[in-house]
Amino acid sequence: MKKIISGAAYVVGDAIDTDQIIPAEHLVYSLSDAEERRYYGRYALSGVPQGCQGLPYGDRPFTAPNAFRSEYAIVVGGSNFGCGSSREHAPFALQEAGCAAVVAESYARIFYRNAVDGGFIVPFESIERLLERVRTGDLLEIDTSLGKLSNRTTGEEFLLKPLGDVADILKAGNVFEFARQAGFMPA
Amino acid sequence: MTITEKILARRAGRDRVVPGDNIWVDVDILMTHDVCGPPTIDIFRREFGADAAPWDKEKLVIIPDHYIFTKNHHANRNVELLRAFAAEHDLPYYYDPGTPNYKGVCHMALAEEGFNLPGSLLIGTDSHTCTSGAFGMFSTGVGNTDAALILGTGKIWLKVPETMRFVFEGSLPPYLMAKDLILQVIGDIGTDGGTYRALEFDGEAVYDLPVHERMTLTNMAIEAGGKNGIIPPDEKTFEYVRERTDRAFEPVYGDPGARCHSVRHYRVEEIEPLVAKPHSPDNRATVSEVAGTRLDRAYVGSCTGGKLEDFVAAASILRGQEVAIDTYIVPATTWIGEQLHSTRVEGDTLYEIFERSGCKLGQASCAACLGGPSDTFGRTHGSEVVISTTNRNFPGRMGSKQASVYLASPYTVAASALSGTITDPREVLV
Ligand code: SF4
Repeated sequence: MKKIISGAAYVVGDAIDTDQIIPAEHLVYSLSDAEERRYYGRYALSGVPQGCQGLPYGDRPFTAPNAFRSEYAIVVGGSNFGCGSSREHAPFALQEAGCAAVVAESYARIFYRNAVDGGFIVPFESIERLLERVRTGDLLEIDTSLGKLSNRTTGEEFLLKPLGDVADILKAGNVFEFARQAGFMPA
Repeated sequence: MTITEKILARRAGRDRVVPGDNIWVDVDILMTHDVCGPPTIDIFRREFGADAAPWDKEKLVIIPDHYIFTKNHHANRNVELLRAFAAEHDLPYYYDPGTPNYKGVCHMALAEEGFNLPGSLLIGTDSHTCTSGAFGMFSTGVGNTDAALILGTGKIWLKVPETMRFVFEGSLPPYLMAKDLILQVIGDIGTDGGTYRALEFDGEAVYDLPVHERMTLTNMAIEAGGKNGIIPPDEKTFEYVRERTDRAFEPVYGDPGARCHSVRHYRVEEIEPLVAKPHSPDNRATVSEVAGTRLDRAYVGSCTGGKLEDFVAAASILRGQEVAIDTYIVPATTWIGEQLHSTRVEGDTLYEIFERSGCKLGQASCAACLGGPSDTFGRTHGSEVVISTTNRNFPGRMGSKQASVYLASPYTVAASALSGTITDPREVLV
């Protein structure tokens, strides 16, 4: 986990489910083939309905049409981010698009676990609701050791909840490294 | 300790656990399917070596079910990857599409094949893996990475969840089904009301339900964010299991008065037929509140609404009548598909009833429950308004982002199919 994660914000609403993060029809691409996996970046967050894409504007796709990478590095969401299916393709798609962290009020359990165990993105929980305090395109900076989010565009600062139990896995890199350290897997 | 805590303690080799403990547990069964199996295998090979073998072949169950009857090249390739992996390791429990061994939707197939054993611990790469909890076992869904770690080691780390209990008292009125009960719960606590928690169901009305119907309750625990759904087993559970397998099992029960997060009591006579309105399973309304809403399509299928009991319910309403809108019938498994030809309602087989009333019959699989490739049976492509027995109605879930999906019991879906508008089953059930 990097000490500083920074980049442009992409703001979405509450209950962004995994079908919005990566629609089911795109789950057919290989996650390991270098050529194919790029499509997860292309279709990341493509299921978010018109009017809700990149708040407060509502019409800004996360990944530009025909691009494979997003210009946004930090997704800001509301409550129950990642609800729905167990597809690990969801945090993977965000990572593949170039996103490094999500800051949401709360997460669905499986999404959160997948994000951490696979080491795809860092799922931070905000203490206050950020949807109205951050606009898509604002420049954000997260200090992961201080647990602090700065909005460079507005100058506001927000505290994040401690990562708690999963910090050790995030520090190890992913659950395999964590399991090796715990002695369940040969080093 | 609750039943969930006791099972977790047992599989962690401990006398005691409390909610919040992070523990490593031994997995009894790992289940995967065609969407998440191939990437799980990729990660497994990356971490454990190209030639690594699964930790225990007897404990690995691979059930392709999501994208089966499609021409989509990538989807077909996923099945080929599973087939090759099963052949390479000579896996005993791989259910190959296109062969008599093919089963259909994984959660029903696990039950039918006798993999759901009271007291055991099952992990699957599918969020509705919580379905198996209807057998008094711990079951939950995980992603590919966690599954790959299990594939190599047989272990997973879990945080012990707090338990929320839901007690259904009274006897179920003839117009209600398990789907109405769970929509009531999800409407009450919301799609994140059970996050990180175990949802335990009991009470007289639950134990009156056949085992398959109980699975509808645990299936949708995830729709409230739950980690697992669980129903302490009874004689019906044991009978169901013994009819299907010789495997030994050891039931577990919670301690009376075990500490819970919360307990909710329901009198089932007070519950009305319910729907979840677009676009969230917790967007509850009574059928009477939305009655008359115009529909384009009805859908009876999926792991939660494509069981034999669901088709018997739908057929009892459709018999001798014609549907007014496109109505899709998709059995969860091939066994259920066969039963449509032999199970009768007042002398007619379910198959005859559905054919004569103008329904479209599909083959056992997940089909349009999750949209899928564009040639998927029953998938939405426009702004259809659908009433469905499935479990999820997020935007785009059944294919088109413009479509609107109402979730309801098979009674309500069938009654609505006849009129083309949302209809209270009490109007047509005699
Ligand atoms: S039927 Fe639907 S909910 Fe059930 S496993 Fe298949 S896609 Fe998932």
